[in-house]
Amino acid sequence: MNRLSYIGARLVKTVLITIAVVLLSFFLIRLAPGDAATVMAGQSGYADEAFMKSLRIEYGLDQPLPVQLWKYVKAVAQGDLGTSYVRRQPVAAVILERLPNTLLLDAFALLLAAGGGIWLGSVAARRPGSAGDNAVTVLSMLFYAVPQFWLGMMMVLVFAVWLAWLPPFGIETMGADYTGLARLGDVAQHLILPGVTLALYFLASYARLTRAAMIEVADQDFVKTARAKGLSERQVARRHILRNALIPLVTFAGLQASILVGGSVLVENVFSWPGIGTLAFEAVQGRDNPLLLGIFIVTAILVSLFNLITDIAYSIADPRVELG
Amino acid sequence: MLDRRAVLGAAAAGVLAPPAWAQKPGTTARMRTINAMMTDEPAHLNYPLFNTRIMQEICGNINESLLLFDWQFKPKPNLARGYEMAPDGMRYTIHLRPDVVWHDGAPFTARDVAFSCGVMLPQLNPRSRGAFSHLREIKVVDRYTLHFEMNEPFNAFILSLMASSAPMMPAHIYEGTNFRTNPYNFKPVGTGPFKFNRWSRGQYIHLTRNERYWRPGQPGMDGIYYRLCPTPEQRLVAMESGAVDLAMADDIDTVVNSRMVANPDIVARSDAFNGTGEIAVMEMNHRRWPFSDRRFRAAYMHAINREFLVKAINFGLGKVAHSPIPSDLPYYDDKVLTKYHYDPARARALLDEMGLKPGKGGVRHRFSIMMIPDGGGYWTRAAHYIKQAMSEVGLDVALESTDWPTFSRRSGNWEFDVDCNSYGQYGDPAIGTARFFLSSNIRKGVPQTNIQGYNNPEVDALFAKAAVAVDHAEAQRHYSRLQQILTHDVAMLWMYERKPMFFYNKRLKNVIMGPNGPADGFGSVTLA
Repeated sequence: MNRLSYIGARLVKTVLITIAVVLLSFFLIRLAPGDAATVMAGQSGYADEAFMKSLRIEYGLDQPLPVQLWKYVKAVAQGDLGTSYVRRQPVAAVILERLPNTLLLDAFALLLAAGGGIWLGSVAARRPGSAGDNAVTVLSMLFYAVPQFWLGMMMVLVFAVWLAWLPPFGIETMGADYTGLARLGDVAQHLILPGVTLALYFLASYARLTRAAMIEVADQDFVKTARAKGLSERQVARRHILRNALIPLVTFAGLQASILVGGSVLVENVFSWPGIGTLAFEAVQGRDNPLLLGIFIVTAILVSLFNLITDIAYSIADPRVELG
Repeated sequence: MLDRRAVLGAAAAGVLAPPAWAQKPGTTARMRTINAMMTDEPAHLNYPLFNTRIMQEICGNINESLLLFDWQFKPKPNLARGYEMAPDGMRYTIHLRPDVVWHDGAPFTARDVAFSCGVMLPQLNPRSRGAFSHLREIKVVDRYTLHFEMNEPFNAFILSLMASSAPMMPAHIYEGTNFRTNPYNFKPVGTGPFKFNRWSRGQYIHLTRNERYWRPGQPGMDGIYYRLCPTPEQRLVAMESGAVDLAMADDIDTVVNSRMVANPDIVARSDAFNGTGEIAVMEMNHRRWPFSDRRFRAAYMHAINREFLVKAINFGLGKVAHSPIPSDLPYYDDKVLTKYHYDPARARALLDEMGLKPGKGGVRHRFSIMMIPDGGGYWTRAAHYIKQAMSEVGLDVALESTDWPTFSRRSGNWEFDVDCNSYGQYGDPAIGTARFFLSSNIRKGVPQTNIQGYNNPEVDALFAKAAVAVDHAEAQRHYSRLQQILTHDVAMLWMYERKPMFFYNKRLKNVIMGPNGPADGFGSVTLA
């Protein structure tokens, strides 16, 4: 299968996956106890039947489930993700407002994790069993094992409270109204703590994977040939060992990207990062079904796209791999 | 033309410059700005549509009330410069200030009051609906005078004009529109000392000073930022580092209360929410046995050391509650109360009397407590203690964790044995307390009503009589009898009177001016 038709087939699959996600999520969400009207009635503290009935009629929650589903699917097919129950704003607009923040955090974490992890893994693989290798192994296990929310809180305590080097939370300084490069610098400062917290877990995985893959590749005949040709150790490691060890890392990067899109909920909450993660948390708490479904759809599409990109990258990294 | 070096240099300058977030209050631009917190972000800023604590704290600066109240709950002029009540309590004449304008420049007149109290508030807010249901008609006499004609006297009517219950809304913006979808729900217009400026979703809401505010010399500050701080750790860090100036009610966990009180940069107040008059309670499902038996409820109360609950679990913040009415609010009557002191032996005797003898493993009965989702806060800690206290009298308790939607649904649908909750009196039992005991407020599917199913015709009649009594002594007589019946019946498990703390940075003064606390707005706040 050539690359173009492969991409076409995968895009069709993406649509099918998204439909499946919509259907499954629609019913799963409704299995949870309570609805948006109950939440609002509970919070207002002085609700009555008329108040709750008016909310349910407004949200269409008074209609049978199949009717609600049909109306929702019809609207989504026309590109309308509906209106948030709680915010009373179009879901697409609410998500688009937050999505860039999540993508920024995820991209930073991905680059940091991949860059740092591959570097640490290659350092460790150079002399297996050495003090450096052991240090990388211990650090990796530590980062891998520590819960992200706890790590986040410790980061805030050390770097924001004790040392006062970095801001504790948010995406930019409230009320500073920076523009241009000053704003860029301000956002960069706010990005460091959540980005590093999110990256460390994956960085550990990259380091472990890189180390294992490089040690395995280092025993191959073509590496011995490279050495026999008189190449320096550095050249052997970079051009021959690392490049061939990259294949499993590409797969892992694809997986990580997919996990990050939906998995930054905890870190976003710890650092008050205004992304999709905090939005999803709020939507669950408020039983804001249209918003939650919208987030699921966008996440499903993004994950499918990341998988597609991973597969293509895989075929580029290793010409022996055929698409299809 | 920019070269690479220049760009990198500028970027480095941006990154390495002293960060604005780290500036201590009192420096440069932050000097005259109040920095507050939001535990969660409101969906919109339509005050009557969603009258929650966070809305009161923000919108209290935007939408004002006709009257304010002093520490003794005596009314003070605000948008209304005065009022008169007819001797029979059937008419209130309200006189408005003639110099008030809305934030968009439109004049504030009697039309706005008639619209707010007659249409918008009753339609959107069930609390207002209850209070204004006693109104027969609102007559606009002239541009600045109204008559509130009553169906029957309602002695809590003036208190129901409190800011948190009756904010004034602009008729020229809302009249004839869909109140739920009006675009001004996201850019509210009021008459208050601060006006809406900007809402950065997921981050902050910014209010800026109202230059045309009617009260001379106010507001004392340039603006207020409400920063979203969803986790308790963030809020503590923000408060201690000086990044925010105010922490209200449950923003800060009581665990660190003593640390906050000891902080020389922070002022701690325990009276900022006196107007709410909140009591932490546990509710029992009276439809289920043994909760339907008064002796079981009494045994439950005797089994709990509520002094310990207040002192150890809630770090001394509060006072053991012996009545449905808080002890420092009008109508409390200590003489008539049946009190349930810590007495496990008495609890065991009552359970024995009911026939609940210890069985296998010493267990007399098993039931569950549905915990309020307070993120591991004071209620979670209290529930763990109560489980232990119950085991000492042979009652085996299972604690059930919930999230808000589950809690609201299950409590509204009466799917619980015992739950944790709290209610506020809001100045008068007719406004805040009656709803939990009136049989007419047993409403399946609706949370925060009489979910216990308590039904006593004498109590219904007494609440009705007390609400319409024009004479204070007569109202007191009814409320005394009510307290006598309710405490004898153990109609609810009153745990303790809550005194949520309000913390503010000492660089500010005139922050709390009355029992309605932050709901009255921060117009009076100035630099110390």
